[in-house]
Amino acid sequence: MLKRTPLYDLHCQLGGQMVPFAGWEMPVQYSGIIEEHLAVRRNVGLFDVSHMGEFRLKGPDALAAADYLTVNDPKKLVDGQAQYTAMCNEQGGIVDDLIVYREAADEFLIVANAANADKDFAWIQAHLKGDVTATDESSQWGELALQGPRAEELLQGLVSIDLKGLGFFHFTHTPVGGIPCILSRTGYTGEDGFEILCAWDDTPALWEKLFAAGKPFPLLPCGLGCRDTLRLESRLSLHGNDIDDSTNPLEAGLAWITKLDKGDFIGRQALVKVKADGLTRKLVGFELLSPGVPRAHYKVEDQGREIGHVTSGMLSTFLKRSIGLAYLEMPHTALGSEFDIVIRDKRIRAKVVPTPFWKGTAGRKS
Amino acid sequence: MNPTDRIYTKDHEWSKIEGNTARVGLTAYAQEHLGDIVFVDLPPVGKEVKQGELLLVVESVKAASDVYSPLSGKVVEVNEALASNPEKINQDAFGEGWVVVLEIADPGEAANLLSAADYDTLLASQH
Repeated sequence: MLKRTPLYDLHCQLGGQMVPFAGWEMPVQYSGIIEEHLAVRRNVGLFDVSHMGEFRLKGPDALAAADYLTVNDPKKLVDGQAQYTAMCNEQGGIVDDLIVYREAADEFLIVANAANADKDFAWIQAHLKGDVTATDESSQWGELALQGPRAEELLQGLVSIDLKGLGFFHFTHTPVGGIPCILSRTGYTGEDGFEILCAWDDTPALWEKLFAAGKPFPLLPCGLGCRDTLRLESRLSLHGNDIDDSTNPLEAGLAWITKLDKGDFIGRQALVKVKADGLTRKLVGFELLSPGVPRAHYKVEDQGREIGHVTSGMLSTFLKRSIGLAYLEMPHTALGSEFDIVIRDKRIRAKVVPTPFWKGTAGRKS
Repeated sequence: MNPTDRIYTKDHEWSKIEGNTARVGLTAYAQEHLGDIVFVDLPPVGKEVKQGELLLVVESVKAASDVYSPLSGKVVEVNEALASNPEKINQDAFGEGWVVVLEIADPGEAANLLSAADYDTLLASQH
């Protein structure tokens, strides 16, 4: 039985095409993936991400627990600050990628991928040390993502705080249209925007408030289809595609969140060894040199020899390029390096290009 | 309601018989189901196909979909406009979004396809 978010009926009314995703029935699109994609790049769009998992670590050892569970360094956070991070297993494989929010020195909120939520919580409970409790609050929180260069302008009409004061990867507790919320300047699109957590039952009211305020923009409802195309252009990892239990953060291009010198954490020993031995493969961005559509699992060949595989791919009508990510043997990972992507029975030439493919408004000073 | 001047496959292709040729395309139902089409891998002119064999591949944002030939024959024309504007299939599936013209090898095969009325019934039964 698929789970439904509190917005299920609204999605159907809005013409959302409902599909199974990670055990949930979610809208893949409303008006069309390309139109929704462009709305987020150029204007503003709204996503239901209530399927995401939320866990709370609380107690005197909450910080130590978060530090031991994750590869990034939560000791660097101040109250009201969030951090992109990952949990690794002892082999250095990625259990999940996460955002950790510091509520207080003894209280952290973790937001995890829906597909991994149950697995993650079991993992956290199994590896919790010291005076700290973990609570699965996934069923208590609804979540909306308001994304796009005009997100701030729209949201400012519904909050009493000055949003210019809320920096990238910072959050605050504040009412949105009178509804108590956790408002976070984060997202999964590469554009400026906010992820807004509210009580599960308040989610439809929050959606309606945002839509009423968004009418003049106009705010477009956006589905999981464009969430995927937006994140890929911005090279944001998708767990299950680009990263998983068998890939480590160093080869996945996530060395920037992997703080090997911060002290002990799960997977550290394995990752230190990976670094010392040198990588055998790396996740790189590529672009096709002639028309075609690369997709996950397609083989990559060099003169007929398999050198890797695609983890994510698309034809971007926004960038007018066919792009993707692929794990390739190290000798083929330099910028400009050329190879073939096997698309069904055809071999299409491709080359390594810099990522992100698109640098959006996320993290820019407004 | 699907146009009555052509015949259909269960896989949601239409064929419009024009003398000894058939103009082929995807139905409105097919394009809606596929979503935004971003690439059409057109066959070369001159390619010979049998009824039910792979004719070409249509790629939407979401997925690649095989399109099977509704009739046996030789590809005598392809819709070159789809190379730069594949969205024509979304916008006008029964008109400017046509994909190929086949020279029909066996006119008798048309009897294996569905009338517009039968295709309407098929779609109704899928909802």
